[in-house]
Amino acid sequence: MSGNNQIELIAVLLIFVGTIFSFLSAIGLIRLPDIYTRAHALSKGSTMGVLFILGGTFLFFIMEGYFSIRLFLGIFFVFLTAPVSAHVIIRAAHRSNVELAKQSVRDDLKEVREKDLYESRTD
Amino acid sequence: MIQTILIYSLVFLSFAIFATIYRLIKGPTAPDRVQALDALGINLLSGVAIFSVLLRSTGFFEVILLIGILSFIGTIAFARYIERGVVIERKQSD
Repeated sequence: MSGNNQIELIAVLLIFVGTIFSFLSAIGLIRLPDIYTRAHALSKGSTMGVLFILGGTFLFFIMEGYFSIRLFLGIFFVFLTAPVSAHVIIRAAHRSNVELAKQSVRDDLKEVREKDLYESRTD
Repeated sequence: MIQTILIYSLVFLSFAIFATIYRLIKGPTAPDRVQALDALGINLLSGVAIFSVLLRSTGFFEVILLIGILSFIGTIAFARYIERGVVIERKQSD
């Protein structure tokens, strides 16, 4: 019984670490200057946080003797789709001319995008 | 002990949700708001997971899976709208 309790404590500590990840990525969401850096903080930190939290939940309910395939599918799906959605938002932002921060040095993608736009107009 | 740690993690998570709501209100452009909504969905999902541990109930796992799928679909739809002006493109006839 004591070992069981200890593993439950480990699962709950995993959940706590995950919420700290989410909290730090939210601080990045407030403090960083433009959308691209914010997406950098948010997609990595939030994905890692939700993975820790769902993994801790999964471990906790395995200790209760309940293997949930739905929770496993949820972990898999979130891990697969969170970076994709961040990529799609950032691509939409760059194509709709959202400015970079003032400190940024160069934007290689801009030339490619303008050339692409020009070619699509002349077609 | 377990309950105390879970309450503390819920507090941290609600701070994260307040931060995303701040960005949702203040964000200067539309993609900022979409990004904040995406993060809000992810944080809500982890809140549901923590509550299911706190209540020791297995009835909320469908909710977790469903919030994940719906948040992804909503984000993709908004991003397509911002990028091209339409969500579903019509096929050109002839």
